[in-house]
Amino acid sequence: MSEDIEIKDQAAREAAAKVAEYEHGWVADIEQEYGPKGLSEDTVRYISAKKDEPEWMLEWRLKAYRHWLTMPMPDWAKLNIPPIDYQNAYYWAAPKKKDGPKSLDEVDPEILRVYEKLGIPLAEQEVLAGVEGARKIAVDAVFDSVSVATTFRKELEAAGVIFRSISEAIREYPELVKKWLGRVVPMADNYFAALNCAVFSDGTFVYVPEGVRCPMELSTYFRINAENTGQFERTLIVADKGAYVSYLEGCTAPQRDENQLHAAVVELVALDDAEIKYSTVQNWYPGDAQGKGGIYNFVTKRALCQGKRSKVSWTQVETGSAITWKYPSCVLNGEDSVGEFYSVAVTNNYQQADTGTKMIHNGKGSRSTIVSKGISAGHSQNTYRGLVRVGANAEGVRNFTQCDSLLLGKTCGAHTVPYIEVRNPTATIEHEATTSKISDDQLFYAMQRGLDTESAVALIVNGFAKEVLQQLPMEFAVEAQKLLGISLEGSVG
Amino acid sequence: MLQITNLHASVADKPILKGLNLTINAGEVHAIMGPNGAGKSTTGYVLGGRPGYEVTEGSATFNGQDLFALDPHERAASGLFLGFQYPVEIPGVSNLQFLREALNSQRKFHDLPPLSGGEFLKLAKEKAGLLKMDMDMLKRPVNVGFSGGEKKRAEMVQMGILDPKLAILDETDSGLDIDALRICGEGINAIMRKPDKAVLLITHYQRLLDYVKPDFVHVLAGGRIVKSGGPELALALEEGGYEGVAA
Repeated sequence: MSEDIEIKDQAAREAAAKVAEYEHGWVADIEQEYGPKGLSEDTVRYISAKKDEPEWMLEWRLKAYRHWLTMPMPDWAKLNIPPIDYQNAYYWAAPKKKDGPKSLDEVDPEILRVYEKLGIPLAEQEVLAGVEGARKIAVDAVFDSVSVATTFRKELEAAGVIFRSISEAIREYPELVKKWLGRVVPMADNYFAALNCAVFSDGTFVYVPEGVRCPMELSTYFRINAENTGQFERTLIVADKGAYVSYLEGCTAPQRDENQLHAAVVELVALDDAEIKYSTVQNWYPGDAQGKGGIYNFVTKRALCQGKRSKVSWTQVETGSAITWKYPSCVLNGEDSVGEFYSVAVTNNYQQADTGTKMIHNGKGSRSTIVSKGISAGHSQNTYRGLVRVGANAEGVRNFTQCDSLLLGKTCGAHTVPYIEVRNPTATIEHEATTSKISDDQLFYAMQRGLDTESAVALIVNGFAKEVLQQLPMEFAVEAQKLLGISLEGSVG
Repeated sequence: MLQITNLHASVADKPILKGLNLTINAGEVHAIMGPNGAGKSTTGYVLGGRPGYEVTEGSATFNGQDLFALDPHERAASGLFLGFQYPVEIPGVSNLQFLREALNSQRKFHDLPPLSGGEFLKLAKEKAGLLKMDMDMLKRPVNVGFSGGEKKRAEMVQMGILDPKLAILDETDSGLDIDALRICGEGINAIMRKPDKAVLLITHYQRLLDYVKPDFVHVLAGGRIVKSGGPELALALEEGGYEGVAA
């Protein structure tokens, strides 16, 4: 029943209201080994060797690296990005233990404790013994540069689903990986994607075979722990004909004064009648109230809706990172294929976000929906940037876009930059946009009923973002609601 | 219960209340009437603690506490409910969610455990029934798309659920048709006509007072109470207007 859901969510918000600052800012004391400092062909070779990769993979990386050297840093986003010293960072940091697949009992107990503290269930029996009706979630735990565990392998294999760290997949399923890696996001696509191709260290690979509905939610939990280290993960999800998979992604990092770079590439492929639902709750350390520290989150996410009637739905809740540069997109090649983008981006203090989507309609009858909710507070800048393109041969395309911005206070900014390129006259494109402020009337009304300022703000903001939050799987929706409240604490009054 | 002494208050540096005195005891219903601009709504906002409504002189005690030392949500938790003349919309937040959160926040203030989902729904159903409001309405976002009358009835459901000690109802009768007026009036009686509770009605007209019989009627003009009496004063006002009575 809907009211029960609301009620559970509310309990979560109440719990969240107690937490006054970034909850995941602690560092675990784990002995780690580092690759060479700085970026060079040697670094690329070191990573490839560490991962025991085949020759073709090393060549691919080196090609990307050489291309990256020729590329300028992109400057078109509404972001103020300080120069990044690529030579003053590590590209490989891993817990000191042998690399490679491990069963849970082999994983360093210290690392297991990290995930426990983050509330991520790695032990399968914990989930199994959980509350009745609680859904199983398989987890790939990526700790700095390596995947430390993937869970529920056997059960997934029985269904034919491959759920592996990408390093394992490169060794175990080279043909499958080779076929799709870089197919959706070519290595020369953009500056950060090229960098990722050269130095990516781990990530997740999922293959759901023809006609299979993945029996549980899949997820990857990214944790940056090491200092001065960039995280470059790579995720590839392929849903074969008629397959379905729902995938969740979460991320946190310690509180540090230095900025850390996170440059990921995510590629999704959906064949005929396949559906992929990809949900993100991004909670990287956003920096302190003065804007010191925080993660630079420069991510390329793209889906190829290659098959007829294929569907990809991106849902993202972005609360963290000092700077976010991220445009989860859909290339809608298949006839009657469907792309969706639901986004909530919150910025507070000195955070900057330039985020949105691209919907590239090449297939006849392809449809897309974009719902973006931007919330800005403090001195932050929050930009929606989106492209809807309709190719000349794509008949009967439909798009609906809605961009709403909510401002808290007088020193923040909200910007909406929609690009619409239509080359076929049969297209129907709709764009709606609103900008509003939390009104004093709303705040006083909620407070007169007994809510303190922060609970009142959290309530109003969650209402504003509801359309997007309700797209998330339940477990994530609760976490996302908590985060919205926490991220905006101290922003009013 | 409520004692207001020599209250002066300004909005944007403009003095509105100029020496208001009023005492309300438990078990009483008071009505404040008065011409437009007399300071009726301001009285409600000042007591509720609305930002921008500045107390420049005087005091108010509520059950022995200095009311002006409390934040708005603390005043609410202490039992002060303000029924809004223009209830505010909160898109995306259902009435049930809003009220459960508000109620549990008030309970927390008194170190009481939160109500469970089941307990809360039972309470909400009962109070909605008093106001003849469908539960489906309460699943909709707070006041969004509600008619004027629905908003006022929803305010009374909120009052029933939050169960205050003192309700200050600002023009609850405006925008109501005859049936809704009767339902709201009966609702106020059922919820608030109790020995340990009190009501302050702010209104322009006698018609609400036909249902909720006041013990005291006050005329507010120029920021202070210029005349007080029993229910007959409201009838005299209806007959002769403010000019005749307040002069």
